[in-house]
Amino acid sequence: MSNVFTDTIAWLTDPIHWTGSGGIPTRLSEHLQYSGLVLLIAAAIAVPVGLYIGHTGRGRVVAVAVAGALRALPTLGLLVLFALLAGSGLMPPVWALVILTVPPLLAGTYAGISSVDATVVDGARAMGMTELQILFRVELPNGLLVMFGGIRTAVLQVIATVSVVAYLPLGGLGRYLFDGLVLQDFPRMLGGSLLIAALAIAVDLVLAALQRMVLSPGLTLDSSGRHTAADDLTATAPAAAAIQGGTP
Amino acid sequence: MAEAMIEFQSVTKQYQGGQPAVDNLTMSIDKGAITVLVGPSGCGKTTSLRMINRMVEPSSGTITVAGKDVSTVPAAQLRRSMGYVMQSSGLLPHRSVLDNIATVPRLNGVSKADARKRAAELLDVVGLASVLGKRYPSQLSGGQQQRVGVARALAADPPVLLMDEPFSAVDPVVRDELQQELLRLQRELAKTIVFVTHDIDEATVLGDKVAVFAVGGKLAQYAAPEEILRAPANDFVASFVGRDRGFRHLAFDVADSLRLHSVTMVGQTEGQSAGRRAGEWALVVDDESRPLGWSSPRDGAGLVPGGSLFHKGDTLRRALDSALSSPSGLGVAVDDDGRVAGVLKAPEVLALIEEVRRHREDAT
Repeated sequence: MSNVFTDTIAWLTDPIHWTGSGGIPTRLSEHLQYSGLVLLIAAAIAVPVGLYIGHTGRGRVVAVAVAGALRALPTLGLLVLFALLAGSGLMPPVWALVILTVPPLLAGTYAGISSVDATVVDGARAMGMTELQILFRVELPNGLLVMFGGIRTAVLQVIATVSVVAYLPLGGLGRYLFDGLVLQDFPRMLGGSLLIAALAIAVDLVLAALQRMVLSPGLTLDSSGRHTAADDLTATAPAAAAIQGGTP
Repeated sequence: MAEAMIEFQSVTKQYQGGQPAVDNLTMSIDKGAITVLVGPSGCGKTTSLRMINRMVEPSSGTITVAGKDVSTVPAAQLRRSMGYVMQSSGLLPHRSVLDNIATVPRLNGVSKADARKRAAELLDVVGLASVLGKRYPSQLSGGQQQRVGVARALAADPPVLLMDEPFSAVDPVVRDELQQELLRLQRELAKTIVFVTHDIDEATVLGDKVAVFAVGGKLAQYAAPEEILRAPANDFVASFVGRDRGFRHLAFDVADSLRLHSVTMVGQTEGQSAGRRAGEWALVVDDESRPLGWSSPRDGAGLVPGGSLFHKGDTLRRALDSALSSPSGLGVAVDDDGRVAGVLKAPEVLALIEEVRRHREDAT
């Protein structure tokens, strides 16, 4: 007896699908490269702006309005628009995705910096720290817990959304979705979806481990030396957000 | 006349469209002494303090520290040259206690190892166990955090300490302890301390001089605490200093000349019923003659807890309190080892208070 689930497992385990230029390793690596490129460019824009707004409080209203408006843009529409305007190739869709990735990164960075207790910042200033020292030695390390929430949301969103570049058509795991749709090959579509989900979970686990490494224990310990609930709170938040971000 | 360390010259701070927070303040703060700025909320005491290290910039007037106009020194550099202790400890949550204390020396370019070594010494100076050095601020009690805050302010050995209501968020017992510790530290270090509080009791306990601020940022009276309690400059100061100021003033007179009386002392085993048998209050003591409580002349009362103790060298306020708080009406005086030295009687304390008052009257 055969159904779509056993067919999907068969598709995933077929050695033919794990080799060659259309194989899973190649698609996975393309997917990661696109995601990485989008994140790198988006972070280069969003993080400095977020740090500035978080530290000074200036431009907050404008940033929130612009970020909200950007979030409302339809992904596929933006992608096609960029492709039509700027032609084929890798960069037009990457720029489209950057536009969609900047808002969550900016909001996360800004929220992290401004979440730091004002009295801590006041104390640091009264100790004689310069504004840059306050930003990098006080606000950044203490805002990391909240910032990681935004970063993980953005990363999951990018990994899910990068699939749509296959529509243009480019590579990545999205290929299996679009090709499967055209060919009415449902095991291929489902297999591709599972791979994207697995990749998102794997990357999020890596980020969770990274978060544990870079966060000072002072931020998550309570008076009895135990880890507090806040520690795990951020781990669940992006997962929910990823579901939203994952619908192109 | 003591040497001035900090001087306010016609300093006004006015925020846009409001009443002045500080209004034409001119005062000079003595070197090596504790000067307390006290007043109700909105009186500009904290603003005045924060103008000293340029956390707030004055609208007009000048402030000098050791003769140098603070507005000519870069703000960050100026702040590093003064210790600052705030109400909520303001410690860096992501750094260990030792690294928190080492903050300013590190900013000044001291090596990490040297700064930590100095921080470990300071932990001891402020009365904290060295194991706490590795902990994080969130793992400390409020009182411990304030001690770390004081250690951090002292780390670079600044001549000036600015303290903004540092003890007002801790419970009264801990506050009392921290106040005594500060006085002990000050006897060793002789810093110029500017201390802000809204608590007149704290001001009179700590201050060598007290500046009372009135709402609207005006200096209402600036004098030694005894004088503020004895002779308030105006109705505002009198009402701010409060109803008990006469009683509080007793804290400035030592009750050395009080005569101590003998008392019936009984051991713990026979103690419970000793009062009833003797027909008068008997003091129950342990084997080292330290007071445990009183035995009542009435039936079945058992051991009644005693009142506050009077130590040799204590003030008239404590003498009177020991007599008034004792169930027998007799204040228990103890020596340095806590052994009973005798008892004192409330009427005699009152007589001494009157004598001290006449003596002062004659002197002026």
